[in-house]
This record gives sequence, C-alpha cells and structure tokens, in this order.
Amino acid sequence: MAVKRMIEAIREALDEEMARDSRVIVLGEDVGVKGGVFVATRGLLEKYGPDRVIDTPLSESAIVGVAIGAAMNGLRPVAEIQFADFIHPAMDQIVNEAARIRYRSNGAWGCPLVVRAPYGAGIRGGLYHSQSVESFFAHVPGLKVVIPATPADAKGLLKAAIRDEDPVIFLEPKRAYRLIQGEVPDGDWVVPIGPARVAREGRHLTAVAYGMMLHLTLQAAEQVAREGISVEVVDLRTLAPLDRETILGSVRKTGRLMIVHEDNRTLGMGAEIAALAAEEALYDLDAPVRRVTMPDVPATPFAAVLEDAVLPDVDRIARAMRELARE
Amino acid sequence: MATVKGSAAARAADPALEAVGSARLLAMYRIMVLSRALDERMWIVQRQGKVPFVITAQGQEAAQVGAAMALRPGHDVVLPYYRDMTLMLALGMTPKELMLNVFSRAEDPNSGGRQMPAHFSLPRLRVLTGSSPVGTQIPHAAGAALASRLRGEDSVTFCSFGEGATSTGDFHEGVNFAAVLRLPVIFFCQNNRYAISVPQRRQMAVESVAARAAAYGIPGVSVDGQDPVAVFQAVTEAVERARAGGGPTLVEALTYRYVPHTSDDDDRLYRSPSEVEQSRRRDPIPLMRQRLMEAGLWDDEQERALQEEVARTVDEATAYAEQAPPPDPATVMRHVFAERPAAG
Repeated sequence: MAVKRMIEAIREALDEEMARDSRVIVLGEDVGVKGGVFVATRGLLEKYGPDRVIDTPLSESAIVGVAIGAAMNGLRPVAEIQFADFIHPAMDQIVNEAARIRYRSNGAWGCPLVVRAPYGAGIRGGLYHSQSVESFFAHVPGLKVVIPATPADAKGLLKAAIRDEDPVIFLEPKRAYRLIQGEVPDGDWVVPIGPARVAREGRHLTAVAYGMMLHLTLQAAEQVAREGISVEVVDLRTLAPLDRETILGSVRKTGRLMIVHEDNRTLGMGAEIAALAAEEALYDLDAPVRRVTMPDVPATPFAAVLEDAVLPDVDRIARAMRELARE
Repeated sequence: MATVKGSAAARAADPALEAVGSARLLAMYRIMVLSRALDERMWIVQRQGKVPFVITAQGQEAAQVGAAMALRPGHDVVLPYYRDMTLMLALGMTPKELMLNVFSRAEDPNSGGRQMPAHFSLPRLRVLTGSSPVGTQIPHAAGAALASRLRGEDSVTFCSFGEGATSTGDFHEGVNFAAVLRLPVIFFCQNNRYAISVPQRRQMAVESVAARAAAYGIPGVSVDGQDPVAVFQAVTEAVERARAGGGPTLVEALTYRYVPHTSDDDDRLYRSPSEVEQSRRRDPIPLMRQRLMEAGLWDDEQERALQEEVARTVDEATAYAEQAPPPDPATVMRHVFAERPAAG
C-alpha cells in the first residue's frame, strides 16, 4: 500500500482501466496533449494513442453526446468536463439522453458512460470554477452520482464507475486533488458504487458529509471530541442511489443528525437526507435535524473574504455539532 | 396492358433508373406504397380514438426510402428522427412492429409502449434509441461512428433529422465534431420547409441546409427529396466517401409533409390548403409509379395486386396490434438501471 494524492489515484484508475479494457476511451477538452487542466489524464495519450485519448472541440454537449453514442455502440467512454461549472450545456444530453436510454428502450440499449468533472469551492475559483452540481443529477433516476473523498475511494470508485453498465456522474472534489493524501491499496482495487462508509464512529450525533466537506467534518469532529462530544461521521461516497440503510443505522444509534455540504441549502442532499430521517427514523431523533451548507447564493464569489463568508468551514461545522449535541 | 416490362429501350430514356437497377426501384416503390397505406391507417385509428397520438411521414417517403436503400441494414448504424417510419420500413422494421408501436403495446420493440410513437429503436437493425428533443441524436451519431471506426468496422453511421434541427447547438457541435475527426457519418436532413409552424426563412438566413456544410469543411449537397433515385444516388456517394475514410457528408433532401406535424397540430394555422395541394402535385408515389410505367417496369395489373397486398398487410398489422396486450403496469420500475450485475 502506498500513500498517494487523489489526483494520482484518479490517473491510476484511468490508466489501469484503459490497459484492462480496450473499449475504454477518454475524451474531453485538453485531456490529450496537455493531460487535462488538473493533469488527471497526463501520460494517457502517449500510452494509448489519439484514437483512445481524444482532445475534443470546445463543445460540452458534444463531449457527452458523442460519449453517449459511443457507449450505445459498444465503448466505455470516460468523458471529462473540465469544470463542473461547464457541465450545464451538456445537461440535456445527460438528463434527457444518458439517464433515459435504458428506460426508454425497455432495456434494449444501455449507456455505460462516465462523466468526470472537478467540482467544488475553496480554491478561489469564483462563480464559474467552484460550483457544486451534484443535486441536479442526484434528482434524476437512471444516473448514478459518485463523489469520492479519499484517494483510495477515488481510485476504487472510478474503476467501478467505468465497469458499470449505466451512466455515472463522477464528481471530483478538486480542492482535495493535491491536498488530500492517503493510502491506496495495491492491485485491482475496486470500491462498489452504492455503500456509504462510516469514516469515524461516534455515539452522540451523526454527521453526514461527502467530498471535501468530509475532511472538514472529520476535523470538526476531532475538535469537539476534546470537549466530550462523540460524533459519528458518515461519508456518503455515492449520492445516488443513496445508501439509506447506513444513514438510518447511524441515526438510530446516535439520535441526532446533521448534514454538511457545500452545495446550496435548498433541495440539496441535506434536504433529502433530512426527509429520509423524518420518514423512517423520526421517533429515534432526539433533536431537530441540522444542515451546514452554502447559503442560497447563485454561486461562490471570488474575493477571498466573500468566499470564506459562504463556504462552510471547520469552525462552523464544529459550532453546529456543539449546538446539536446540547439540544 | 401493352407495356413491355423493363425494356432496355424504355429504361435507356431514364438513365438514373438504369443506374439503380429495376429490382431496387420496384422495392422502393413497394415500400413507399406500403408506408403511405400504414400512415393513413395510423391517422384513422387516431381519429377513431383508439390511440392518443400519431406522428407520420406522408410526403417524405421518397427521401426516406432512397436513403435507406443506400445503407446496409443491420450493419450500418442508424439514428432516425420521429418522422422516419418509411426509413424504418425500408431498413426492415415490419408493419406489425410499426403498428404495435402506434398502439403502445408490450410487444412494441421500440420501447414496449414507454415512448410516444415513432421514437424508433431496434438493436437488430442497429437503430439507436432516440428522444423527442430535436437534434440530440446528432452528437450520438458522431460517437457511434467513432466506436465503429475504433473497432475497425467498415460500417457507416446514418443520422436523420429535419431542417429545424440544424438550428440547434447539438447540430453544430455534433457535425463539427464528426468533421474534425473525419468520422464516417451521413448527416441526412429532410427539409420539409416547416419546423411545426416555423418556415425555413425564419429558421436560417442561408439559402439551403446544404450550405451549412461549408462551415464545417465537409461536402454538402441538396437533392430532390421527391425523387428516391436522386436521394439514393446522393446518399450512396456519401456512404462510399465515409466508408473510404473521407469523413462526413451533409445531404439535404428537399421535401414536404402533407399532414400536420402530429395529430395534435392544425396546419391550417400556418400554411394554406392551396400550398399543400400544390405540393401534392409532386407526391412522390404517383411520380414514381408513372416513371416505372414509362420505363416499362410496372403496369396496372401489378399496381392492383400491390394495392390489394398492401391493404391486407395493413389490416393484419392493425388487427394484430389492436388486440395485443398493453404493457404490464407492474413493469414500470424496470430498466432504470441494468438488471444484471456489471461484468467484472
């Protein structure tokens, strides 16, 4: 087992899957010669050639649309959208096409496609290099939505996504690319899509998070542990389909639930998880559910003080934990 | 009948016919006649209240049959649009399958009753499933061609749409992508002059759809879409170019639809009955019949026999579909995701 950065784990997953399966191709803006703006695909062009590592025109709808046609015709495309903020022109292709191909053909056609996109704030990326888009896609049956928080999960889940028979939106917390290092098991390491992970066990409250917010939530849990508050942290990993059992199991144990995400508050994943708790575990709850989220601003502002004013941080999360534990 | 069938002298007067071959010409004609009869029956069952909605092809049969005959069914990949019932018949979808589709039956091979009629899909003919949003299949065509080429197949990908689709972003993105990568795609536009109610002059400032090809550095040709032979020849040339590695072609077939956009449309709101009547003078079916007769390939007796056979086929297909069971509501949650586990 070796310690790796998340970006290296992603590159390894792509490399190994391309080596393993000649149907796997990579396409997107700058993924070839440059190796991607975050160099996630560096070295792949030299190794697999321009037929399988395709620098595309600047056309997000076509990047996904071409990948869909290739997937229906037998390939396993991995389409890269350079930033999640630029995925919106491809929304029609993802939602109306990829997600509905199996359903609308009554199972006759499938769309084994991965759309990778770096997402999330905290890098001073401003309105259009910081967005969290997960809830748009988690709302659509037919799509799987995956967000890894650790290098091991990034590698294992991306390999699972590429092998999946259905379209997977694979959102990579870009602030974690180089910031987060971790051990990645050797060999053909695959993490199944679906199950959440209890990242830290605790007794007093459950905090559900994913992506970069998982790390801040773990830090906050560590902080409040010194004050005697024991927090169980659940790393969602797969947002759709949602692992209801792991969430409910933890809530039933602790009796208190909070959700942390950098997506906006209204109709974010927190809303769905709160509804799940209300429907399935209301009588296990000892306090109202809390959410720590980005407020409902249209997007993350650029100036450092403005971004810091909206993005959840360790202090905000720890404060919410203390308040929830006292209720 | 005194006509001498298929005499060399008669055919020589129409060299295009000679080039296409009499067997193919007769097959084109039969499919056009069958398509029109099925199409008319679809409107009848809709007006009878037996089905909620139809969207059909009347007037565009020649364009579709001419293009289909230039393809290798089951080998070439096809992405149709919702007006392509003649194309589907010509490729090998059966009248029964088309009627099962119109009646939204469980046995409908396109979608098992999940989609509106005319949203075609048929794996045995490599017809990829499509949707209602216009033009979205155009990038898919580039992707399908990319996959075929990567595997070293000599198949081409045929993608069909109306002139309205050429205003969409996906048309630009998909055609540009295919052009840059020189992919084996035939972009086939059936320009019937209206996108529902909006006429061509409100759709584009260029004179023709074919003119758009110049912007992508690919060949663009306009052909008479009421002449299946001309369409066949234009698409054949495009297919040969694509198979030889010469990249995509944009083929525009100039045509006209005789029926409203769908059974929910009232076309009197945007075009005059006299305009429709005027266009019907170039109805591709009588034009083709006359041409075949003049070439000595067809006579009244054959016509009578064909009409009887077609009427029987349409009756049988309609009766079969009408009594076929609807989809089982218990299946409504199936096929959201793959039902078998992912291959390792």
